Amino acid sequence: MPVENVIDLGLMVAGPAGAGVFASSLLLGKTLMRHGFSVFVTNEYPSLIRGGHQWAQVRAVFGGYSYSHRKTVDAVLALDKFSAEVHIADLKNGGIVVCDEGDAPTQADPRVVAFPLRRIVKEEGGPSVASNTVGVGVLLGALGLRIEIAERVIYDQFRGKKEAAELNARLLRRGFELGRSLELGVRDRVMSLKPAEEGRSLLIDGNSAVALGALSAGLTFFAAYPMTPASPILHFLAEVQRDLGIVVFQPESELAAINMAIGAAYAGARSMVATSGGGFSLMVEALGQAAMTETPILIVEVQRPGPSTGLPTHTAQGDLRFVIHASQGEFPRVVLAPGDPYQAYVLGNVGLNLAWKYQVPVIILSDKYLGESYWTLKDLPQLGVEEGKVSRESVNGTFPRYKLTEDGVSPMVFPGTPGSLVYANTSEHDEYGFGTIDPLKVKAMQEKRFLKLRKLREEAERSGVEVYGDGEVLVVTWGSTKMIVLEALRRISGVGLLQVVWLEPFPKNKVKSAVHGKKILVIENNMTGQLVSLLREHLFLEPADVLLKYDGRQFYPEDVEAWIASHLEAR
Amino acid sequence: MTALDPAIYDTGKRPVWCPGCGNYGVLLALRKALAELELKPENVVIVTGIGCHGRISDYMKTNGFHTIHGRVLPLATGIKLANPNLTVIGHSGDGDAYAIGLGHLPHAARRNIDIKLIVHNNMVFGLTTGQVTPTTPLGVKTKSTPFGNPEHPLNPLLLALASGATFVARGFSGEVDHLKELIKRAILHKGFAFIDVLQPCVTFFNTYSILREKVYKLEETGHDVKSLEQAFRRAMETERIPIGVFYEVERPTLEEAFSHAMNPPPALRPLSPPDLTRLLSRFR
Repeated sequence: MPVENVIDLGLMVAGPAGAGVFASSLLLGKTLMRHGFSVFVTNEYPSLIRGGHQWAQVRAVFGGYSYSHRKTVDAVLALDKFSAEVHIADLKNGGIVVCDEGDAPTQADPRVVAFPLRRIVKEEGGPSVASNTVGVGVLLGALGLRIEIAERVIYDQFRGKKEAAELNARLLRRGFELGRSLELGVRDRVMSLKPAEEGRSLLIDGNSAVALGALSAGLTFFAAYPMTPASPILHFLAEVQRDLGIVVFQPESELAAINMAIGAAYAGARSMVATSGGGFSLMVEALGQAAMTETPILIVEVQRPGPSTGLPTHTAQGDLRFVIHASQGEFPRVVLAPGDPYQAYVLGNVGLNLAWKYQVPVIILSDKYLGESYWTLKDLPQLGVEEGKVSRESVNGTFPRYKLTEDGVSPMVFPGTPGSLVYANTSEHDEYGFGTIDPLKVKAMQEKRFLKLRKLREEAERSGVEVYGDGEVLVVTWGSTKMIVLEALRRISGVGLLQVVWLEPFPKNKVKSAVHGKKILVIENNMTGQLVSLLREHLFLEPADVLLKYDGRQFYPEDVEAWIASHLEAR
Repeated sequence: MTALDPAIYDTGKRPVWCPGCGNYGVLLALRKALAELELKPENVVIVTGIGCHGRISDYMKTNGFHTIHGRVLPLATGIKLANPNLTVIGHSGDGDAYAIGLGHLPHAARRNIDIKLIVHNNMVFGLTTGQVTPTTPLGVKTKSTPFGNPEHPLNPLLLALASGATFVARGFSGEVDHLKELIKRAILHKGFAFIDVLQPCVTFFNTYSILREKVYKLEETGHDVKSLEQAFRRAMETERIPIGVFYEVERPTLEEAFSHAMNPPPALRPLSPPDLTRLLSRFR
């Protein structure tokens, strides 16, 4: 599609926590998606429940894909005076700030358009916090979007709460009428769009996507202790557990969560836990137990900045080396890092399947930016389930749970199988699970566990990297930073992107052939260049330059673009 | 009905416990209890922690999971939630249950998950060659307290009662048949059952003679197991040491709250991923 047909919108909602910032952004996002836009929604908020300041950005692209947020937006809906004053700085040329007349900045500014948002809510008999809906209506009117489509989003969101839906629909329409007086320069083009077929695309966050992926691989047991930014996985699964007939439980700690999940898996349930770095720290002793007892377990680690409590509600990619090395001793594990919700879904499925196929712990390394942002996806395919070497036959007597096999994977039965007894042991053991210190047996067991790496390495080489575009320069990154780089590369030619998806085992040969003869630039969201260290370790590769960010924020594509461009000039 | 032969639960491995160790009494009582209840080995899971007690799973010909230090309860809880058809019995030591694993005990008790916890309480760390534990009496000299234990010991029964446990008992490894009856009652109890077993460590803290002198059986005193108040009073006695069931009441179990997931339970579910269409509607 020629560039002139592309419509690229940036919208922001900002205000105190509890004012409906995030709900407004999702209402805007879904409405735009149902018009046929590709939508991205992200949010930034402090760790508190009421007050403070937060914002959400909706980036919508018609005729292209919306990879990420950008520095500047066309319109800001400010839900308090502070937001109106502060976010003027984020406007593109010709952009506007919409706010209540009581929130207009002290210093008059032609870019600020004030409306009686709160008065309208009062007239319609709504609670004062509902003024955000009037504001969303104003933006819809100004952009030339269809009010009927937005109303249907509202009715879907308030399913089962007719009165609240009707009130919000009225508020939206009142705002919409006001917004039609505004000019944002795109209205005619937006109004001429033929809306997409409703109910086709998805607006989905990385956290929900990874949960759906695990469900698609037969998840029946989930335990988690709340920790931002992983908690939405718990919330989503808790909500659907009755429909799906699965166990979703919040125990007393992350220690309890992972041990319960390991117990459940030993008994035969496909189980998963989710947490962030701090919670994963607590799970580490049981990570080794899962490895030693060869119990399949899927761990989702949604990174936030550390050390310790760090920035609870912000983003980082600082836990890579930690999850690769966590726990004492040596054992094989799988670490997968999705870069978008589609990959999160696929890797959720692949991760749980791999855990069962190889009876190893699998860690999905996500981050706050991926976990809590929403992207448009066409759909999610139904994926397969692999059971692994689960034996349904009964054995008479004690089952050789750790039988030495050629690929290191032993057949598995579950307690309760007639005739057979299953003995799992977290101390070094013989083939039957009985404790041993015999050096020959110790060596054989350690080697048996590592035998699994052979096939795991093949899997890593098969699907461990994603390559986008081509050129003499190759940007290498991992996780959600991929989306920022793709956004940056929209305006740059002659540069390719390599996303390392399998971080452990490392797809050495695949990466090696991809980087061959290219100028390598690495971008990651941490301070020490942890992917760079893996490139050095596995390939003796020293990148030409590295761009790092560690202020708790995701990169801006503008900064990435400028940095890459500077390297092209230097060529 | 004739009971099974306790020998069917014998793996044939010779215990490595010290001669005269209290663990032998617990092992014997456990095998007899399972035999009298006619529980098939394949339907029993013994979960053990780290310490001398943990060896018991090597000697029990049932399913077993020898887990890491202090995590017997969450491990057992996961097993039970995944497959409630199994009889899940946790064995823990006083260090395992009351030191590193203490955080899990009140929660298992209050959530009334239908698992059994038998604590081998010898008031000392044996396997690590004799250090203080949370139940070592005040002033006792151990390798880590050469000048005498400076801490007041924890009362496990008070803790279990205060946490809302629905079955609280104390046994003595010197009274094997009595302990066997306690274990049988615990297994038959629907909900979390807690038995603290006084079990001398003959090597590092031999309390046999003093315990033999002090223990008496609650059931010979007309104790009312339904009375929480009486249970608390008995649990506070120190001059003489009551053994038997202190408290037993019925309350809904945790797995009953997950009845939506139990038909069949997670562990026995054939692999059938859910229909995504319905799940995805909220994202459209």
